[in-house]
Amino acid sequence: MATQAFQKIYTKLNQITKATCSVRATGIGNEELATVGGRLAQVVKIVEDNITLQIYAGTEGIGTDAEVVFFGKAPSLKVGHDLAGRFFNAYGEPIDGGPDVEGTEVEIGGPSVNPVRRKQPSELIATGIAGIDLNNTLVTGQKIPFFADPDQPYNEVMAMVALRAQSDKIILGGMGLSNDDYLFYKNTFENAGVIDRIISFVNTTEDPTVERLLVPNMALTSAEYFATEHNEKVLVLLTDMTLYCDALAIVSNRMDQIPSKDSMPGSLYSDLAKLYEKAVQFPGGGSITIIAVTTLSGGDITHAIPDNTGYITEGQLFLKRDTDISKTIVDPFRSLSRLKQLVIGKKTRADHPQVMNTAVRLYSDAANAKTKLENGFDLSDYDERVLEFAREYSNDILAIDVNIDTDAMLDTAWKLFQKYFNKQEIGIKDEFMNIHWKKA
Amino acid sequence: MTKGIVKAIIENLVQVRVSGPVSQNEICYIDLDGVKLMAEVIKVLGDTAYTQVFESTRGLKPGSEVEFTEHMLEVKLGPGMLSKNYDGLQNDLNNMQGVFLTRGEYTDPLDEDSSWEFTPLAKTGDLVSGGDWLGSVPETWISHKIMVPFGLSGEYKLKQIAPKGTYKITDTIATITDEDGNDIDLNMIQRWPVKVPIKCYAEKPRPFKLMETGVRTLDTLNPMVEGGTGFIPGPFGAGKTVLQHSISKNADADMIIFAACGERANEVVEMFVEFPELDDPRTGRKLMERTIIICNTSNMPVAAREASVYTAMTIGEYYRNMGLKVLLLADSTSRWAQALREMSNRMEELPGPDAFPMDLPAIVSSFYSRAGFVYLRNGETGSITFIGTVSPAGGNLKEPVTESTKKAARCFYALSQARADSKRYPAVDPIDSYSKYLGYPEVIEYLNNNVNPTWVKDVLHTKDMLLRGREAQEQINILGDDGVPLSYHDKYWKSELLDRVILQQDGFDAIDSSTPMKRQEYMLELVLELCAKDFVFETFEEVMPFYIKLINICKQMNYVEFESDGFKNYEAELHKEADTRSAK
Repeated sequence: MATQAFQKIYTKLNQITKATCSVRATGIGNEELATVGGRLAQVVKIVEDNITLQIYAGTEGIGTDAEVVFFGKAPSLKVGHDLAGRFFNAYGEPIDGGPDVEGTEVEIGGPSVNPVRRKQPSELIATGIAGIDLNNTLVTGQKIPFFADPDQPYNEVMAMVALRAQSDKIILGGMGLSNDDYLFYKNTFENAGVIDRIISFVNTTEDPTVERLLVPNMALTSAEYFATEHNEKVLVLLTDMTLYCDALAIVSNRMDQIPSKDSMPGSLYSDLAKLYEKAVQFPGGGSITIIAVTTLSGGDITHAIPDNTGYITEGQLFLKRDTDISKTIVDPFRSLSRLKQLVIGKKTRADHPQVMNTAVRLYSDAANAKTKLENGFDLSDYDERVLEFAREYSNDILAIDVNIDTDAMLDTAWKLFQKYFNKQEIGIKDEFMNIHWKKA
Repeated sequence: MTKGIVKAIIENLVQVRVSGPVSQNEICYIDLDGVKLMAEVIKVLGDTAYTQVFESTRGLKPGSEVEFTEHMLEVKLGPGMLSKNYDGLQNDLNNMQGVFLTRGEYTDPLDEDSSWEFTPLAKTGDLVSGGDWLGSVPETWISHKIMVPFGLSGEYKLKQIAPKGTYKITDTIATITDEDGNDIDLNMIQRWPVKVPIKCYAEKPRPFKLMETGVRTLDTLNPMVEGGTGFIPGPFGAGKTVLQHSISKNADADMIIFAACGERANEVVEMFVEFPELDDPRTGRKLMERTIIICNTSNMPVAAREASVYTAMTIGEYYRNMGLKVLLLADSTSRWAQALREMSNRMEELPGPDAFPMDLPAIVSSFYSRAGFVYLRNGETGSITFIGTVSPAGGNLKEPVTESTKKAARCFYALSQARADSKRYPAVDPIDSYSKYLGYPEVIEYLNNNVNPTWVKDVLHTKDMLLRGREAQEQINILGDDGVPLSYHDKYWKSELLDRVILQQDGFDAIDSSTPMKRQEYMLELVLELCAKDFVFETFEEVMPFYIKLINICKQMNYVEFESDGFKNYEAELHKEADTRSAK
């Protein structure tokens, strides 16, 4: 960003740490943007005329005589229709060789939606994946992360969800994305021929760590533009939020803040909530849906990052490799979509809730039977049947490579119920049994 | 009036150099290019007041002017609060312009132009003091009492009171005279600082009356009482919010105050959408007519989140003083504690466990102590029942907020991940949870008189059976199905019968979601009667199918109208099925 005429330039830094520096200046506002020696920085603390700035690209090589120029505004993004189809860095500058975007300049990380103006999410997002559509239905305006181990194919599944879901715009916020993964997304979107619906803000592992703190707000600010100005359905993909939190921890550490659990800042919950709560169904019909990835270390969901995330998001999705069928499935036990109650049985067939619960209960009985088997006990006839059922349920419905609509999923479930069980063992309300339980 | 100048800004902690006296917790307004940002003094050091700003401080510059108001954070109390949606600082959210919240926009919690049908209750010459009833106005279906302001201690003589008629809330409806002969004009509005409990009552006895919630695992097994306190800790996904919503829909209270404190906005939207549609199961009126929602969701400013629970409690105390049964729900108190932690951190205080402030247990217990059942000075009774949720980090109950709350609350409704995973909702763990009220002699007496004479004995027996069932299940898992006596299977399945029929409840089913006490009593006695029977089995393989049949019939009973033909048919079928294996 070029300096403008009549800007005051400060050249006497009085303190430099790994990520911050201080300078004496007057008339500076909190959270104002500046450049220090040409690098972007933001005001994080003001004590009288002593201004502390956080330099996104790090302070390596910054001298005490570096030029500090204040912009008089908070970080912002130019929003307009031209954003579509473009790739940007964390500052919102094009990285695809294209021209700068023309549009209105908006500060990122803007105000929250008044809760009474929100509409209740009620539109189902079909993905064709039964682990989602049948057991954990997604709804527009929802926010939900994949809790995944680094070795799981979460980026592939997320790209699949993004392409299958009906949305007007897909906005990718990549934080600490490896170059390979960045290219994977780029190629997948290009090959699917949807590039004009995609907007990407990407911070790769090659870029400075602290820069990625800007990425989610850049992505969400552009999402708000399309959802409010054009009433579009926007899907925001954020990957990987764990790396975002790590950057938060670094900054908080440099600011001498007392860390709370797992060395994370005490404000982690609020910091994450400010982002995730941007997911909303607007009264005008537009919506922002957030699907994120939070990588876990060794599957530990009690770590501060997944733990705080779980309290904010509307459910979470787990991937699991089912060794019986050698395929990846969406784990029916640990996954949960909290908003599914708003659509299942209402936007889908009335028997959906009961069929879903019954199948999961039987699948859980199968898990118990498996434990019995592993402990060397004899299996009862019922145990044998649930095991058989679980294998087919996993293969014909849950596996992520199956792509069928919800009615087909329900019909398949009924078929399996009838194949392995009697009426009592199913225990669904009579009104549905009468319709779907085929007479012998 | 004291003025000041902004000196330093660290996120929402702003240091102000003051020119005169300031007091702790005083409210001030910081001028940001014409926008007034509300802030509260939280520490004073020399001529510097440390204030927490209830808004974003983006763009604030040192040198900005600050005005102090000489009062603490207060709520404005009067008719017209029911069915309103407030933020944590009692701004009326519905009156705010635009889709997005605008910084520095404060709206009046009461509608000053509204008029009300006033009926005097006191008469000229009466001696009155703070909290005494002067008259009443109908607010939806509640008789809203106009009271002498709580802050007026000592005795006053009622000089004049307005006759029955329609008045605005700003009209003078009474004049009282103090001991020195000074007249004070009163209208329908009064203000009260949120952090100070309202204590205008005669006596606060131990609570004794059952508070029905319609949730079987609570009412039957671990009952809540009017004026009681309880908390619901649980990992995410265990159903804390669903349980609280279910309580708020069905509880036998005159009014509900729901403090959505630092939680998801969509959950509050659900209440905004559903409550105006849903009927109160007792009065048949819309639920919204008895509800006030204090909404400070997780993306709204942190400092206002801390204030929101106090705002809710103070409004509750105001209605309690009208002789009403108030149910206050807060979701989640952990977010409130986190707000305290964030501020404590910015103030560079020495941290306690998990970086929470050292005085957290004291703050939590003094907040819970504001609930209770009271006798008012005119002999009427009122109560605030408080149930808060706790979101323990990592689902680990050995963390500071859970531990502090456990010391303060009398009921503990532990939500269990294992139950939630196997979709046993509500996921309240029947063995770990407790209600200390079940040990109160006055509560036992009340239950035995009002439910049935052997009720408490039966409830304790149920708990024993559940525990024995769990022990039997553990033995079966260790020794194998055929490694244990047949009676273990019988014990386990009897506990399953209790669990699946009585404890598990379908919160989304129109009938099953709320069970009146009479039906709970009927079903428990019915299931206990089955459990008392000796059934005959040849092998363990016969046990499960038999009990599954019983469970399914009982569940069908739960889904149909109580005592309807369908209900009776299922009951007859149940007895017939039970007889097939009854010992002769």
